[in-house]
Amino acid sequence: MKPAPFVHHAPRTLEEAVAVLGEVGHDGKVLAGGQSLIPLLSMRLASPAHLVDVNGVAGLDAVEVTDTHVRVGALVRHAGLERHDGAAAALPLLRQALRNVAHPAIRTRGTTVGSIAHADPSGEMPAVTVLTGGVVEAAGPRGRREIAAADFFTGPLETTLAEDELVVAVRFGLLPAGTRTGFVESARRSGDYALAGVALAVGMDGDVVTSATASFVSVTPVPDVLDLGPALAGRSVGDLPLDDVAELVRSHVGPESDIHAPADYRRMLAAELTRRVLTTTTTPTEGAA
Amino acid sequence: MTDAATEQLLEITLRVNGVRRTASAPARRLLSDFLRHDLGLTGTHVGCEHGVCGACTVLLDGEPARACLVFAVTAQAHEVTTVEGIGHDPANLSPVQQAFAECHALQCGFCTPGFITTITAYLDENPQPTPEEAREAISGNLCRCTGYQNIVKAVVRASEIVREREEETR
Ligand SMILES: Cc1cc2nc3c(=O)[nH]c(=O)nc-3n(C[C@H](O)[C@H](O)[C@H](O)COP(=O)(O)OP(=O)(O)OC[C@H]3O[C@@H](n4cnc5c(N)ncnc54)[C@H](O)[C@@H]3O)c2cc1C
Ligand code: FES
Ligand code: FES
Repeated sequence: MKPAPFVHHAPRTLEEAVAVLGEVGHDGKVLAGGQSLIPLLSMRLASPAHLVDVNGVAGLDAVEVTDTHVRVGALVRHAGLERHDGAAAALPLLRQALRNVAHPAIRTRGTTVGSIAHADPSGEMPAVTVLTGGVVEAAGPRGRREIAAADFFTGPLETTLAEDELVVAVRFGLLPAGTRTGFVESARRSGDYALAGVALAVGMDGDVVTSATASFVSVTPVPDVLDLGPALAGRSVGDLPLDDVAELVRSHVGPESDIHAPADYRRMLAAELTRRVLTTTTTPTEGAA
Repeated sequence: MTDAATEQLLEITLRVNGVRRTASAPARRLLSDFLRHDLGLTGTHVGCEHGVCGACTVLLDGEPARACLVFAVTAQAHEVTTVEGIGHDPANLSPVQQAFAECHALQCGFCTPGFITTITAYLDENPQPTPEEAREAISGNLCRCTGYQNIVKAVVRASEIVREREEETR
C-alpha cells in the first residue's frame, strides 16, 4: 500500500506555507508529523494532489508557558511537549495525557497540534484542549484568527478550520490554583487508541470539592466538557457520590460499537474509569496542580 | 492519471549510519522504501505500513521513529540510524544484539530490527529498566513468534551488558 503521487511543497516560512495553501486550496493538505496522514495516504483513503510539508517552517517549534496558558507551536512533537518540565509544572494534565498518546516511536514524530487539527475523537489531546478551555490559533489567506476549543470540533475528523488555513499553535488554558487533574484510559494494547478515556479537573478547597469537569476519549463524537459540579460540589473527599457520577457519565457519552468493543461496554468503561480517576485525583498527595 | 512516467523525481540526500547517500525518488517515497529499495539497506523491515507493527523502526536523530510514516524527502534534514548502523559484525554485536542472542529473543527474526532500534533508543533514556518497564517499552512492536517473554528478558539483559562493558573499559 503506497500513497498516490502528489506534489511536495517545502515552505520555509509561515507566510510561504499560507501562500501555497491558498494556491492549492482543497487539493492540498498540511503534512506535520504524518502519523495520521501517511497511513491515510498509504491506504489511499486520501489522495491530495499537493502536500504542504511544514516540517521545515521556522518558528513553529516553541512551547511557551505564561501566567494564563501553555502555548504549543504546530511543530512541537508529542515527545517534546511530554518532556517539557515547564509545561508539566504549569499544567500537569498535559504530561498525564501525553503518556497515553500512541507509542514512543510515534510520539517522537506526531505533533500535538496535528492531533488537534486531525480531530479524531479517539485522540487524547482534543479532550485536553476542550477541558482546559483551549484556543486554536489559525492563519490563512484571509489573515489570522483564534477559535475557542468549544467552537473548533464539529464532528469526527471535522473542524471549523478552512481548507486553506493552518493551525499555527494551540493555547491550553491554565486551571485555577488548587485544581487537581487526572487522566486515565483503557486500551487493548498499551499505547493503542483507547477504548475509552477520561480527562478530569477537580477544584478543591481543603478536602472539599468545589468544582469538577471531565472530557472523554473515544466515547463522544466530538470532545466536549461534562460538568460534574452538580453531583460533587460541596462534598468532601471521603463522601463522594461515585454512583451518581457514574450515572452522569453513562448518560452523557454516546459511544459507537466497533470490532474492538460494543457500545455498552465502552459506556460502562467510561463510567468506571471516571469513578477511578476521581478517586485517585482527589486522594491527597496525588494529582496536585 | 498521474503515474510513474509523469511523476516528478526528486534528488533526496540523507545521512544514513553516518554516511551521506543520495538517490532520486518520487516525493511519495516512504523512508522505509527509500532505505530498502533506493539505498539497498534491507535491514529495516516492513510489516504493516501504517505504524502499528514497529518492524520498520529506525532512529531519527537518535530517537525511534516509524520509517513507514515518514517521507524520505522530509527526513533529509535528519540523521538516520538503521539496524545496520547499530551493528553488522557478528563478532562484535551491540549490547542489545548480544542480549537478543543470549536470551533467544528471536525466532524468525522479521520483527527483530525494529526491536533492536527501539530498545537501543529506550536504554539511552532509561538505562536500568525493570521487567515491567521493559514490557511497556516494547509494547509498540509486534512479534508473531516469540511470545515476548524472552524479548523482555533481553531488554533487561542488554542494560546489564551495557554496564558490564562500561566497567571493562574503565
Ligand atoms: C499506531 C498509531 C497509534 C496511534 N495512537 C494514537 C493515540 O492513542 N492517540 C492519539 O491521539 N493519536 C494516536 N496516533 C496519532 C498520532 O498521535 C498523530 O501524531 C496525530 O494524530 C497527528 O499528528 P501529526 O503531526 O502526525 O499530523 P499529520 O498526520 O501530519 O496530520 C494529520 C491531519 O491533521 C492535519 N494537520 C496537521 N497539522 C496541521 C496544522 N498545523 N494545521 C492544519 N492542519 C494540520 C493534516 O493536514 C492531516 O489532515 C497514533 C498513530 C499511529 C500510527
Ligand atoms: S511497517 Fe512501519 S510500523 Fe509496521
Ligand atoms: S521473531 Fe518472528 S516475528 Fe518476532
